[in-house]
Amino acid sequence: MNDIEILELLDKDSALTAADIAVMLGKSEDEVKAIIDRCKAEGIIVGNKVMINWRKTDRELVTALIELKVTPQFGRGFDQIAERFYQYDQVKSVYLMSGTYDLALQIEGKNLNEVALFVAEKLAPMEAVVSTATHFVLKKYKEDGIMFEEAEKDDRQVMLF
Amino acid sequence: MKPFDPKAQLNDVLTSLPPSGIRKLFDIAAGMDGVISLGIGEPDFITPWHIRNAGIHSLEKGRTQYTANAGLKELRAETARYLRRRFGLEYGPENILITVGGSEAIDLTMRAFIRPGDEVIVPQPSFVCYGPLAALAGARPVYVELKPEDGFKLTPDALKAALTPRTKLLVLPFPNNPTGSIMTAAELEAIAEVLRGTDVMVLSDEIYGELTYTEARHVSIASLPGMKERTVIVGGFSKAYAMTGWRLGYAVSPVEVNAALTKLHQYAIMCAPTTSQYAALEALSAGDNDIEEMKREYNYRRRFIVKGFNDLGLNCVMPDGAFYCFPDISSTGLCSDEFCRRLLEEQKIALVPGNAFGRSGEGHVRVSYAYSIEHIKLALAGIQKFLDSLIP
Repeated sequence: MNDIEILELLDKDSALTAADIAVMLGKSEDEVKAIIDRCKAEGIIVGNKVMINWRKTDRELVTALIELKVTPQFGRGFDQIAERFYQYDQVKSVYLMSGTYDLALQIEGKNLNEVALFVAEKLAPMEAVVSTATHFVLKKYKEDGIMFEEAEKDDRQVMLF
Repeated sequence: MKPFDPKAQLNDVLTSLPPSGIRKLFDIAAGMDGVISLGIGEPDFITPWHIRNAGIHSLEKGRTQYTANAGLKELRAETARYLRRRFGLEYGPENILITVGGSEAIDLTMRAFIRPGDEVIVPQPSFVCYGPLAALAGARPVYVELKPEDGFKLTPDALKAALTPRTKLLVLPFPNNPTGSIMTAAELEAIAEVLRGTDVMVLSDEIYGELTYTEARHVSIASLPGMKERTVIVGGFSKAYAMTGWRLGYAVSPVEVNAALTKLHQYAIMCAPTTSQYAALEALSAGDNDIEEMKREYNYRRRFIVKGFNDLGLNCVMPDGAFYCFPDISSTGLCSDEFCRRLLEEQKIALVPGNAFGRSGEGHVRVSYAYSIEHIKLALAGIQKFLDSLIP
């Protein structure tokens, strides 16, 4: 049975239950449950998240993307440096990149100042860091395949066909 | 002088056509707030962006004039390639007419062949337009009742019983709206065998041809020996690529027939919308993957909704095509109309009564699964409540 198909369904909607997925795929619930459990145990399914458009709430939140040039550590490449960054709660994502810089970080804070200070005080002074460039996100249009600004509504006409 | 009554001047055939019974039900639904509908026979997806963008690009380039009457040559050529690739059908651009939706192709075919007094065999339950269009073209529609025990498929015996010397045209509405039934190659061969040696033409409405869920792909009767020369295939972009509003379809037929259809189309329509044709060109040449994605999604919902109805105690066979299922509601003791009316009034859920698609649809309801799983769950919960309320 195809694990990928189950994972793709959960990737789109993590609220689907094993029972739902079993019906959708024409499989037994136990079979689907076993696959989901195994994927969790093997670290394939690493979490569940809901997508929230915070702009529509009262919560203050700014997001920044930080480009980092760093010096890799002998014998451990970039992994150790990345680990030093991703331990911070403020750091939401860390990617090793190809191209003109090495690491891309996504950082969240209450306001611009908080984020800027975090970069200046916590990231930039690290030994391995050669340079940083901070880009603030002004507006999210789409994230992880979900449109942020367009409410989906069904405006199909009532027709026979 | 008595007041002039324009209504009295209308075509008698038109005025005598039965008004659509569903209309009334949907008018009630339209006036209600918070109706949960499983009634709409249109994809809930919107046209994939690359296809929409091709339409926009054609406008930017100023492609705002008529195309050739039969449609853009590139589009007809691409349609021929598509038919070969997807269904193994061998046609060239000279066999293809681009129409305003599959509906126009159906109308043209009726008008091109029907002479006064001809008969058109229309299997039912089926899409509501065949009988009325045949009648308007001057024919007598002969309805053949498809039966649940035959899987709502046309059997050679039922066809033979309906054939007369006046039969001009057989409508083959598969994959079927509203039952979701399909005809396999072997089943079509049995029908073809009845037709060989007769003068009967076939109008094969294959608008749902891309939406089948069996291992074998959809088979067109035109691919069977001796059938190509007597078949007009009606197809379109609406269901396969979620392009309903673009109003674009096609007729595929022998060259001489295509010339006649094109003549008629030229007088009535001039040509299909230019923007839509450019978008369709993109759909055919780069949209196979979109079809697969949407079909996969429909398939999930199909399994989900069929199990849902069976769990409710309403017998529902697993349909092989289109995006409808056709559960049997006769165990409730209500007729289809009553079931749908009360379900709407009491639980605000809109389904279409099966008899709207022909008498043999009585005792069933048409359920569209062109809706999200979440929406389907909500509707099923409401239907459950309604069924519970029927138990004294």
